Amino acid sequence: MESIFAKYKNAGRDSLIPILQDLQEKEGFLSFDSLLSVSRFLNLPLSKIYGVASFYNQFKFNQPGKYQIQVCRGTACHVKGSIKVLDALKRELKIDAGQTTRDGLFSLEVVACVGACSLAPVVCINGEYYAGVTPDSIEKIIDSYREKKEKGE
Amino acid sequence: MKIEVNGNNIEVKKGQTLLDALKDVGITIPTLCHMEDVFPSGACRMCVVEVEGDKNLVPSCAVEVREGMKVKTHSPRVLRARKTIIELLLASHPDDCLYCERNGFCELQSLSEELGISERRYTAKKPDYRIDNSSVSIVKDSSKCILCGRCVRVCEEVQGVSAIDFVGRGSKSVVAPAFNQGLNLSSCINCGQCVRVCPTGALTEHSNIKELISALMDPDKVVVVQHAPSVSVTIGEYFGYKEGTDVAGVLNAALRKLGFKKVFDTAFSADLTIMEEASELVHRIKNGGKIPMFTSCSPGWVKYVEQFYPEFLDNISSCKSPQQMLGSVIKNYFAPKNGIDPKKIFSVSIMPCTAKKFEAERKEMASEHGVPDIDLAITTRELAKLFKMFHIDFQSLEPEESDNPFGVRSSAGKIFGVSGGVMEAALRTAHFLITGKEMENFEVKQVRDLEGIKETTIKIGDLELNIAAVSGLGNAKKMLEDIKAGKKQIHFMEVMTCPGGCIAGGGQPYGLDKNKIAQRMKSLYKIDKDSKVRCSHNNESIKNLYRDFLGEPLGEKSHKLLHTKYKKRKTNY
Repeated sequence: MESIFAKYKNAGRDSLIPILQDLQEKEGFLSFDSLLSVSRFLNLPLSKIYGVASFYNQFKFNQPGKYQIQVCRGTACHVKGSIKVLDALKRELKIDAGQTTRDGLFSLEVVACVGACSLAPVVCINGEYYAGVTPDSIEKIIDSYREKKEKGE
Repeated sequence: MKIEVNGNNIEVKKGQTLLDALKDVGITIPTLCHMEDVFPSGACRMCVVEVEGDKNLVPSCAVEVREGMKVKTHSPRVLRARKTIIELLLASHPDDCLYCERNGFCELQSLSEELGISERRYTAKKPDYRIDNSSVSIVKDSSKCILCGRCVRVCEEVQGVSAIDFVGRGSKSVVAPAFNQGLNLSSCINCGQCVRVCPTGALTEHSNIKELISALMDPDKVVVVQHAPSVSVTIGEYFGYKEGTDVAGVLNAALRKLGFKKVFDTAFSADLTIMEEASELVHRIKNGGKIPMFTSCSPGWVKYVEQFYPEFLDNISSCKSPQQMLGSVIKNYFAPKNGIDPKKIFSVSIMPCTAKKFEAERKEMASEHGVPDIDLAITTRELAKLFKMFHIDFQSLEPEESDNPFGVRSSAGKIFGVSGGVMEAALRTAHFLITGKEMENFEVKQVRDLEGIKETTIKIGDLELNIAAVSGLGNAKKMLEDIKAGKKQIHFMEVMTCPGGCIAGGGQPYGLDKNKIAQRMKSLYKIDKDSKVRCSHNNESIKNLYRDFLGEPLGEKSHKLLHTKYKKRKTNY
């Protein structure tokens, strides 16, 4: 964190977003404690910082899971029933979009178009794309990652 | 400068906003996000008017008057726009008015009525937010919030606290502390200004009416009450009195009707506070103690210093507030003297303030056996509700005196309710303590108005004191920074958390009308002017209390019962 702040000597409130971006890149998400440090560094109220950060989709406030699941909710995927896929994932993982499972294995995120409309509906897990996903196929996909974890991969 | 409004020429001042200019000639424009003395945000668009030559309707709160401007304030186009705004706000509003805390006092409700809204034109999903009742002072129900931003602006711009802000975006926006945490974990100082300015039921005080009713009905409890100096000049507004009318006598009678066994006056303990605080000031000056000394009556201010300026904690007077002092002498003096077990006493205070609820629950405010000085603090608004619930008719009651031994006050204690009042009261007694003579003219005119920062120098004997009376914590922050930087040499500073003092406290009647606040101030100063005893040290009941029980100001008993100390508090800033 200090290394990031060092880059922004004498910074004012206009440096808030670049600092948040650097922080997220380094730590994967914006934690309460790190935002508190930003608040002290910039002498800005924590509520203001969270207000700004929560406005933008790019900022995350939960530690991402080992496997980061992105569900495409773009137009084509929507037409092909991605809402049901998302619901099935929420049920399977027992979390909401934007959250991480308690064991830290999975995090679930909704994204706009991933540019793979011909494969709709698409789910992407750690960069791996799953095409034509149905609610019924969710369990199998998730289980395959659970097994991966078991095997220590 | 002249402008034309609805076909009539009117004279306006250069630099005025259109909204203010129209107000001056008696034309009311509805507003939602607008607040006097705060930079206009133009967020709600309720105040739109038609200006000839402008393609779009313009928000009158954010537009300056221009020579020759032609304005229509209630044209069909304007009315339609205003109506649509309310209809859109109502689309996702719970509109459960019958069950709402603000029923009858809601700006959204009255605008809907004024604009003739009679059907639901738009429907949207009703939000289902969890109610935040984590704070002892304030409850937040985001489903009733219309995102006007008054609370956010008052918290940031007036109070300099910024406990809350807009979180999220678009239809998912809410007003909340960082990470959507509860208000109890945020840097909120409980002042309740957000509640006072909220137009809907989204922010309300944490109501303790239920607990109070149970206590009143409990035969094993001796329920006593005290009412704060500013309450008697505001509660009348709920019962048909003109704003600022002092109804102290009728209030005493009404409180007895509710079932309180004893009705005491917090202005009495304000006198007691002055005895201790003026002595402390003199002691600090004579013995090279920490200067400037700050007053400690306002619990929002105390928490503010604990959180944001802990380096100034020793500058805060060690005196408990009048609420706590009275609570303490009720349980430690009145109770044993009357053969009542202090544990059986249920001590209630009626306060203009939501932060008093927090203060009453502080660990510092209990005896060593854990008996709290005050059992329950309720606001002026809650009391008005209680009177209505019990169908107590103010108009039919005869004024009554409050009860001894804590019923007689000087008018110095009474002006505690207004910014500058504590200062003035303290100076009257400090003058006597230092010179042995009464002040020539009791009135310190320089601290008597609704300005946020009032500074002056006064002479007591050969002593020259730089004094300041400050209200609104944003102003207090400025002073603290100046004192820190050595730009100001102040000896004694009074700070009231709410702008104007307790008469505009977070527990007072809802609304933004500054004229009402001015009337309340006038009323308190009139009481002072008409009063025979205008100094705390001349209050016979106070003299008796010292003779009979306390000994002397700053003495051993006082130290134990009437003084306290505060600690640095962690905060999310």
